[in-house]
Order: sequence, then C-alpha cells, then structure tokens
Amino acid sequence: MVLSWKAGGVLLGIVFFAAVMLVKPIGVSTQFVIFDGILWSAVDSTVVQKSETAKKGYASSNAYLNKSGGKYAKNVANPINYSFVFVLAMIGGATLSALLRGGVGRQERQMPVVWREKFGDGVGRRYLVTFLSGVVVLFGARLAGGCTSGHMMSGMMQTAASGYIFSIGMFLTSIPLAMILYKKEA
Amino acid sequence: MSIIVLAIVVGAAFGFTLDRVGATNPNYIINMLRLKDLHLMKTIILGIGLASVLTFSGITFGLLDVGNLSVKTAYIGVLIGGAMLGIGFAVAGYCPGTSLAAAATGRKDALFFVLGGLVGAGIYMISYSWIATTGVFGKVLGGKTTVGPITGADYSSIIQSISGETIGIVLGIVLVVIAILLPGKKNEAVQAA
Repeated sequence: MVLSWKAGGVLLGIVFFAAVMLVKPIGVSTQFVIFDGILWSAVDSTVVQKSETAKKGYASSNAYLNKSGGKYAKNVANPINYSFVFVLAMIGGATLSALLRGGVGRQERQMPVVWREKFGDGVGRRYLVTFLSGVVVLFGARLAGGCTSGHMMSGMMQTAASGYIFSIGMFLTSIPLAMILYKKEA
Repeated sequence: MSIIVLAIVVGAAFGFTLDRVGATNPNYIINMLRLKDLHLMKTIILGIGLASVLTFSGITFGLLDVGNLSVKTAYIGVLIGGAMLGIGFAVAGYCPGTSLAAAATGRKDALFFVLGGLVGAGIYMISYSWIATTGVFGKVLGGKTTVGPITGADYSSIIQSISGETIGIVLGIVLVVIAILLPGKKNEAVQAA
C-alpha cells in the first residue's frame, strides 16, 4: 500500500522540482496564519484593510500580518491566491489518495498503533496531546519561518543554509524525544 | 487564473504523494524518529536529493528561472523554532503539512493537531511584536544564504570558489547516495537480541 522508498522518493522529488520549475518552492505552515487571519477578519473587519501606502496594497493592525509590506494581509484579503489554494488542493489530493486505497482503519483513525501500545486506548488523552503538539509545532514553525516542507525539503533542495539549520534543530529534539517516549520495555 | 490551476494541480499531487509515501501515517513518522524504520527517511532524502539535482540541472540548462528559487533567511529563531517543531513532531507524529493531509485521510487525532496548530499560529501572530524585540531574528551565516553562489540569484554564499549550480547537483547526488546507504527496516527481534 505504501510506495517503496525508491518510487516514493522519485515521486516526491518530481513534485518538489515541478513546484519550483512552475511557480515557487512548496511551503505549508504560513497558511495556518492566513486561515487564522481570515477567521479574525470575519469577526473584526478592521484587522486587514486596503492601504494606498503599503507595498502589497493591504495593511493590518496586527504586526505579523502587516510585515513584508502587508504580504500576509493581502493573502488574508484574497484567499484565492497560489499558496492558499495549494494547501486546499493538498488536502484534496490526500483525500483522493485515501479514498482510492480504502482509507484508514476505524481504530487507527483515533490514534496510531504505536501510541496505543505505549499509552493505552484513552481517546481524550491522545486528542489533548495532539492538540497541544499542534500548538507547539505551529508556533515553532512560524518562529522558524517555515516547516518540514518549506525549510527542510524546499530549503535543502536549494542548498539553503536556513534549511540545514532548521533540520538540525528539528532532529536535535525529535529523535531523542521519540526514542525516549516510545521506548519499548524489554 | 492559470496560477490557480497550477496551485490545484501541484497541490493535489503533493497531497496525494504525502499519503502514498506514508507521511500521513504517524506510525511511520514516529518509527523513523526512533530510528527503527528508516523507510520514510530514505524516501524523504531521496526526494530532496533528486529535486536538488533536477532543479540545479534545470537552472544550468535554462529550463528553470532562477527567480523561482526562494531561499529563506537564516536566523537564530530558525534553530529554536525547528527544535520546538521537533518536540511536537516526535510526540504526535505530525508536522504542519502532514497533519492536514492526515486529517483528510480520516485521522481524527490529526484534526485536533490542526486545531492546535491554528491556536499556535494565532499565539505567534499576536506575540510577534514582542518576539521581534528578543533578538531571535538576528541573522546568521549572512541571512539568505546558499552553500555556493548561484548565478543570477541575490543570495550570499558560504563557499565562493565553486558555482552554486555545481554544488547543488553534487549535494543532491550525495543525498541520493545517503538515501541508498541508509538501512531499511530493522528487525525488532534482532534489535532486542
């Protein structure tokens, strides 16, 4: 069901190359901010506004959305842009793949077996821990200015120093932590 | 409008691929990080290496516009943020892209990860002004920097004597070789013995 590393790696390589050749390198985590911004503007229409003076034509009362000449503010105001639609299409592509292979088993949908074997069947515990992990991961990704896609894969393929620095940081914590957390008792 | 069509085609191909290589499955992620099953590691490293070879060959032969490259700035926060991401990555088995793709395959815990992600991104957004005062955005290695100088790109580089295109192809080949040499799935029984 899962592709061999050779076939999978070739496919992944072609997709990342095609993205750069056609438009720009792949990245995902910025779109969490854009989605937040869309929700925020929906409840407070003053957050993002048109601006004659901003480089991108939009300004925001939030310093982060306002940075780089209102780049994020512009995308919040116009969600039908390349990067946001890219992520929506990614969700669609994964859905299609899952449907074609028959989806994920009922138990596995709640939590992966590797977690279940170690921490038991408690659904609430798994959901709470993944929620908190999401908080830390996206905060970290925004602090780093990218995630596994944008920094590690897209960065390293361009020989970017930032891509290597990010990958070192990520594996420095993730490998020891996974080894300790999921250690199988002898 | 054609840019939106490209977003749909490339985005869908990416999501489909993430699922087919096993990246939407936290068992593969966690067992990769535990160094018990390097299948996904081999896949990812082969992918990066091949993409690098293709990209820099494409630039060399004029098939790819150097302007399409987008090298991110290197600063202290990249390392700290990467380390933070690594924590949640190891605990949950998801990263930003794969959590969205995994939620799409029906994984409910991934949905909670995505909700947490929206909260985490929101906290960052609100605290950005303060974070900027801490100095974590201090550039390292010259900021937007590649290993070698790429013709026509406005990046600084670590090595000056060899062209960035050549280095990109060579490093790409090195990654492909690493992907080949990394061991496949280790036998748990052998490990225990």
